Amino acid sequence: METQSFQKIYTRLTNITKATVTLKADNVGYDEIAIVDGRMAQVVKIIGRDVTLQVFSGTEGIPTNAEVSFAGRPPQLKVSDELAGRFFNAYGEPIDGGPEVNGETRNIGSPSVNPVRRRQPSNLIATGIAGIDLNNSLVTGQKIPFFADPDQPYNQVMALVALRAKADKIILGGMGLSNDDYLYFKNVFDNAGALDRIISFVNTTDNPPVERLLVPDMALTAAEYFAVDKNEAVLVLLTDMTLYADALSIVSNRMDQIPSKDSMPGSLYSDLARIYEKAVQFPTGGSITIIAVTTLSGGDITHAIPDNTGYITEGQLFLRRDSEIGKVIVDPFRSLSRLKQLVIGKQTREDHPQVMNAAIRLFADSVNARTKLENGFDLTDYDERTLEFAREYSLKLLAIDVNVDTDTMLDISWELFGKFFSKAEVAIRENLVQKFWKN
Amino acid sequence: MERKDKTTGSVTGIIANLVIVEVNGPVAQNEICFITLGDEQLMAEVIKVVGKNAYVQVFESTRGLKPGSKVEFQGHLLEVTLGPGILSRNYDGLQNDLDKMEGIFLKRGEYTDPLNREKLWDFKPLAKPGDRVIAGDWLGEVNENDMPHKIMVPFKMEGSYWVKKVVPEGQYTVNDKIAVIEDEEGKEFELDMVQKWPVKIAIKAYREKPRPFRLLETGVRCMDTLNPITEGGTGFIPGPFGTGKTVLQHAISKQAEADIVIISACGERANEVVEIFYEFPELDDPRTGKKLTERTIIIANTSNMPVAAREASVYTAMTIGEYYRSMGLRVLMMADSTSRWAQALREMSNRLEELPGPDAFPMDLSAIISNFYSRAGYVYLNNGKPGSITFIGTVSPAGGNLKEPVTESTRKAARCFYGLSQARADSKRYPAIDPIDSYSKYLEYPEVQEYLEKNVSDHWLSDVLHAKDILYRGKEAQEQINILGDDGVPISFHERYWKSELIDFVILQQDAFDKIDAVTPIKRQQYMLSKVLDVTEMSFRFDNFEAVGSYFKQIINLFKQMNYSEFGSGQFERYEGELQALLKERMN
Ligand SMILES: Nc1ncnc2c1ncn2[C@@H]1O[C@H](COP(=O)(O)OP(=O)(O)OP(=O)(O)O)[C@@H](O)[C@H]1O
Ligand SMILES: [Mg+2]
Repeated sequence: METQSFQKIYTRLTNITKATVTLKADNVGYDEIAIVDGRMAQVVKIIGRDVTLQVFSGTEGIPTNAEVSFAGRPPQLKVSDELAGRFFNAYGEPIDGGPEVNGETRNIGSPSVNPVRRRQPSNLIATGIAGIDLNNSLVTGQKIPFFADPDQPYNQVMALVALRAKADKIILGGMGLSNDDYLYFKNVFDNAGALDRIISFVNTTDNPPVERLLVPDMALTAAEYFAVDKNEAVLVLLTDMTLYADALSIVSNRMDQIPSKDSMPGSLYSDLARIYEKAVQFPTGGSITIIAVTTLSGGDITHAIPDNTGYITEGQLFLRRDSEIGKVIVDPFRSLSRLKQLVIGKQTREDHPQVMNAAIRLFADSVNARTKLENGFDLTDYDERTLEFAREYSLKLLAIDVNVDTDTMLDISWELFGKFFSKAEVAIRENLVQKFWKN
Repeated sequence: MERKDKTTGSVTGIIANLVIVEVNGPVAQNEICFITLGDEQLMAEVIKVVGKNAYVQVFESTRGLKPGSKVEFQGHLLEVTLGPGILSRNYDGLQNDLDKMEGIFLKRGEYTDPLNREKLWDFKPLAKPGDRVIAGDWLGEVNENDMPHKIMVPFKMEGSYWVKKVVPEGQYTVNDKIAVIEDEEGKEFELDMVQKWPVKIAIKAYREKPRPFRLLETGVRCMDTLNPITEGGTGFIPGPFGTGKTVLQHAISKQAEADIVIISACGERANEVVEIFYEFPELDDPRTGKKLTERTIIIANTSNMPVAAREASVYTAMTIGEYYRSMGLRVLMMADSTSRWAQALREMSNRLEELPGPDAFPMDLSAIISNFYSRAGYVYLNNGKPGSITFIGTVSPAGGNLKEPVTESTRKAARCFYGLSQARADSKRYPAIDPIDSYSKYLEYPEVQEYLEKNVSDHWLSDVLHAKDILYRGKEAQEQINILGDDGVPISFHERYWKSELIDFVILQQDAFDKIDAVTPIKRQQYMLSKVLDVTEMSFRFDNFEAVGSYFKQIINLFKQMNYSEFGSGQFERYEGELQALLKERMN
């Protein structure tokens, strides 16, 4: 940490909680950073001369006579092309053994884009995964999380998506990442020969939880540099936002704020929106796309964290283990990409919207058939066929290990339609049936 | 609140966007002040006063703000600027013109003029010397996007006046003097086309506010047919995330029979506003043939914009609505989402350490919401002409639970309830308005019933109630089938179920993304409903339950093809013919 610009040194703390310290100080600015006993802290409250600081790494062992000095500025990051290929901690300090980055210093947590300057997101992101490309197409400038239980392979799927997504830069914001997952990301990116396109800001489970609060802003400051200054298509991966929200609640509880639902701060919606709304298609061609992970507890999406997230993001992707085929699939019912309307049938083949809907409808019929079966009712011939269809549809399209282009996904769908159903049962507009029906 | 000397003060405390200011003079609740931070001026509003301390909510980020910073109070509340040139503008929650701001990013402390001061307007006088006028009376009009924009006696002028002079027809800017009026004491006032009004106070320049009675056509079948909203009515759309609140609101704002549409994007996604920016300039207003943008005003305070300004934004939108209503226009206002507004109130109330109500919302949430909804309505102006504000807000209930405070409070305030159901959205039955739980209180108003019987059809009301009944009985039949199995119930249960499915698929479900299906005029709705009800009255021959489903699927398919065809076109008639043939096949 640089110390030369630090003004005065204080040595009398009047209050210490698990996450904050309070002292009397003058001429301090809101949001300013400070060093408390060698640890980074940020001003969160000023009442008269009483200044309360949130200490990112926690206050364990901080004495009342600890040295405190103020930096006179908010948290910052140095940005330049030198960021590419590097790994940093939550403070933006290198953790890969490499040199400091030279570049322009920027405050993190920058202002919002003027809504009238935004462009409509319009570039399809192809991932090869049919559960995404066919049923929930992603678009640059979109923000979308995986809603996943902690035991699901969300980080693997996210890494796969990132590598196939033809982004100019991929920025990983890891919050409470296990060391194994951190190394996994590093390896995958390395093996793909993509390291020079990757920038990582990582807070692992070994690091103090409150430090995580800096990670999204660090990642997005870097993202804005490449998207605005360099007009690049930037993909930001944020995992795990549930752990980020947990850190928010730790701080607000320590500050005696009145919690709202699920012990989360009343400002959770605004706090999360501030991050996710950084996803944007800029008028100058660059874009920031955010793919995040929100882990669920026991699949409960009514919990305040996934609930608020769902209200902010443009859809969500659910992973689920399909016991029929023994593989993880992208759940076609609960997943939704709200921006898919902007591209399907326009940047993809004309039959895309109808094929997508028909297949999901038939898949839904198979679920009804299965319920009947489980309740001991007889199955009709149609029920039997939907079950067979569902099995192949899962295996050939929904499974996350599928990697084909969108035209092939559509062709496979038509093949399955022809194999199991009549034209009337599929009920797709006539001109498309004439063109694409396969016997 | 006129003061000789401006009250000033200095910052003593900062907690996020709540700032405590020690003042050296009088301040008013909700008074506006500016805080100096370097060369920036941050706008803020007084929300509480304790002794010498004014608690202000800042409409900007307070990053870098220090105790001791100078504050200057303005002697007025948060106001909007009203005058010609508001239509087609994109404002933030404080009525800054977003298009006038420079750069890609919003700059703190940048405030832009809501009006164009240079533009010349074609002014026509409506009042003449000697006329006696009061606040809200029309002095003249200009042509704003082909809408007769009235220039009125400012709402702030109390008492009555005599018109001394009105300028002749001609071209004037908004700041040119267009009239002189004189009060009882002979004091003269020179007026231009601009006036200001505090957003949190309702404009009451009208004679009477009767109960609404005219149907407001939205083209959305499950609203107009089943649970209609009226001109000047209120409604709300609660629903879990992703169930279609925004899509439904956008559809209504595109199609509804309104002169002016105000869309308040309150704490929601910026990309959804961008969608309007892209779509509306392309779409025609079916009634005027002009582009939709020309009748639309957008107040965009998206979720990442300052929270206090989000709270202000719905008031800004409503006040602009009241201004246009006073011109005798039909205003439709939409707010997406009023829950975000309530959350902004909650954030501030928590920072003020007020005693919290349920879910940590402020205790007076219900009163605040009711007060806001009551500003909508149908009015007769002082000159006897009608004007209206129809207001529809969305609610985003936490966890999708309709028992939470914002939904409950809104239920007390709004007269139409369009509840979106997760199950319907999951099965892609859009718009996902639950036909059983939703209601329109207006259907019970005798004046509305009379209007519908006169303007739609004389048996319309009984048709609608009958359709609701079939839906309800269909649901019961479905429950029985689920419990007892397909074979465990008489075939008539299947028939009853499929008759309700027929109404569901043909009347309720509507494709918002299909050009023709998206908008159904009331005449067409009437035609289709009676056609569908005819089918539900028929009795058919079926040998087994499977035959019921597959037969009704065919009927539904033909009806849907009709929905997708131009009304009365050859194609429409062909499908109708096929339908008749199909019905004949099986009729008893
Ligand atoms: N009438 C409709 N026709 C077809 N699709 C629809 C319709 N309504 C909603 N949808 C689908 O549902 C998605 C979500 O709709 P919408 O954005 O309106 O939800 P919302 O209730 O506003 O959610 P949130 O609370 O998160 O803002 C849309 O992107 C679209 O795919
Ligand atoms: Mg919405």
